[in-house]
Amino acid sequence: MTQIKNTAALAAHALECIRDDRMLFSHLEFRLEPGSALVLEGRNGSGKTSLLRILCGIRLPDGGSVTWGDTAIDKLGPDYLMHMAYVGHRDGVKLDLTPLENLAMARALGMPNEITLEDALEKVDLAGFEDVLTRNLSAGQQRRLALARLLVTDTSLWILDEPFTSLDVHGISVIEELLDAHTTAGGMIAVTSHHAVNLQNTTVQRINLST
Amino acid sequence: MNSDSLTRAFLILIRRDLMLAVRHRAEMANPILFFVLVTSLFPLGIGANPALLQAVAPGVIWVAALLAALLSIENVFRSDFEDGSLEQYLLSSHPVSVLVLAKITAHWLITGLPLLLISPLLGILLGLPVDAIKVLFITLLLGTPVLSLIGAVGVALTVGLRKGGMILSLLVLPLYIPVLIFASSAVDTAAAGLPVTAHLSLIAALLLLALSLSPFATAAALRVSLS
Amino acid sequence: MFNNFFHRMASPKHFYGLAGILIPWLAVPCLLLTVAGLYYGLVKAPPDYQQGDSYRIMFIHVPAAWMSLFIYIVMAGAGAIGLIWRIKLAEVVAISSAPIGASFTFLALVTGSIWGKPMWGTWWVWDARLTSELILLFLYLGVIALNNAIDDKRTAARAVAILALVGVINIPIIHYSVEWWNTLHQGPTVTKFDKPSIHLSMLIPLLLMAVAFKLYYAFVVLMRARCEVLERERNSGWVKELAEKT
Repeated sequence: MTQIKNTAALAAHALECIRDDRMLFSHLEFRLEPGSALVLEGRNGSGKTSLLRILCGIRLPDGGSVTWGDTAIDKLGPDYLMHMAYVGHRDGVKLDLTPLENLAMARALGMPNEITLEDALEKVDLAGFEDVLTRNLSAGQQRRLALARLLVTDTSLWILDEPFTSLDVHGISVIEELLDAHTTAGGMIAVTSHHAVNLQNTTVQRINLST
Repeated sequence: MNSDSLTRAFLILIRRDLMLAVRHRAEMANPILFFVLVTSLFPLGIGANPALLQAVAPGVIWVAALLAALLSIENVFRSDFEDGSLEQYLLSSHPVSVLVLAKITAHWLITGLPLLLISPLLGILLGLPVDAIKVLFITLLLGTPVLSLIGAVGVALTVGLRKGGMILSLLVLPLYIPVLIFASSAVDTAAAGLPVTAHLSLIAALLLLALSLSPFATAAALRVSLS
Repeated sequence: MFNNFFHRMASPKHFYGLAGILIPWLAVPCLLLTVAGLYYGLVKAPPDYQQGDSYRIMFIHVPAAWMSLFIYIVMAGAGAIGLIWRIKLAEVVAISSAPIGASFTFLALVTGSIWGKPMWGTWWVWDARLTSELILLFLYLGVIALNNAIDDKRTAARAVAILALVGVINIPIIHYSVEWWNTLHQGPTVTKFDKPSIHLSMLIPLLLMAVAFKLYYAFVVLMRARCEVLERERNSGWVKELAEKT
């Protein structure tokens, strides 16, 4: 696997998030280096999704800042976005397109990499479903298609919100392998999950938002 | 990111939306049917006196076009919002305003263009003279994109709301008024046999203004709605 | 030093205190100017040679129309400041101004209609200015509706700022197009509001009322802003202290 060239780290400084009058978290600090993973844990409603969305830049923090390579992400704009990919609660795929068409769109929106779309589908165990309408795939297959988006662009930071939703045991291990391969190649991952996240070859930081 | 990949993204997005529309072919008829139906209600409501119909035709057809545009513009971001594609545009390395412009262009091709093509029929139904029908066509050609561009800002502001459709009309219809005024008076003037270059230039000016400002306003509004 | 001053100004807590002090200093002159303006306008100014005494409603209608436009521009400006520099107080001022602006617009419409009745015999005529004011009222109602529809106050403020900016760009366009429309469809009766040729004795009350209305806006927006600030900051220390004291 080609080594990812990025050396910038993602860092959070004194991050604060308020929702519906509740302070979900404050003074949150962490640093995520290339080649490692950040696992966010916490009860439902503890702000895991909000934190991930703040890291993406979709949601503005109520205090503090997020930096990429020591520059604030809101100043970087596209120079940050081109290095990251996000798979949230919703899959981000159109049900009335085929997997190939969906991946083509995902690739067009970001920086394309070398892998063919068919190979990307194979890596998430969707080989043979290239031309089936996404609507006709099972929930687990749709989720894997959503995660296949990560493979078709050249990104070092993957931000994933409950990636294992709807996946069976086999699906989970397929995805865990991909995550491992990504960090081994020098990428970084920020992930929330109700399931235990088993990454064999990666340094893992855990942050629990319920404390 | 170079401009090559930006152009590619722009075209791929338009193509994708057109493909999606074709896969729901039946829905494409809705704006046209609404347009024709609303226009046909007027003779039924105010009587079939040809002189009266001809006099109100420009305004009636344009109001019907406004309403049809308003009804259909909601769809420009709704499905993307619901399946999570919309936030992917915000996370793209391409400028959101360009992606938004692609969405609006595709939307106009799917909903505005049909209105344009059926308008001569409506002109005939209400007894407009040929010259006026030609001008009607041109005003719709220039004006319906303005309606899509303005409407997009309204939709972007309300896409995250549960009952967004209700206040969308309140937000967007007042902004449609200048186009309505210039367009219907252009057709009126043409029906009287007078030149309409001034009117058409004004609509063209509105189109240019909307083209240059709306994508940015829409992008900003999307960021707010998705945060 | 200046930086520190702005920082304190932008702090909701200091604003709350400062506004509380300013309000009576604005309200009392407002009342005095209103009384003076109405006196000069209703009693001292001579009847118009064309319109008789019925023109006197102009002393409320014209300043109200000026305010309706002025407040919209202030609202858009404050919204822009809040949006670009993320200053909470600017957001608060923008939101607090909307209902006041809408009220002035409504007042302008009602007084315009009253002014027109003796002239046209009907309560409403699609005069250019009245029509523009009506559209402006819808723009205000849109801002208010959007603000109420969004639950999170900061998100609502950002959305409203964008809407107000779109509105402010459209206002000259709408105004021009309505003027143009009006000249095309001139009815048999003259529908323009002919301001009576302005005599000094009419100008003075007009200006007095204009300043009085500005002061009214100033103290009412401060009052509304203080309430808005209390609501937004309800979980902060100083608000809780304040609540315990009363």
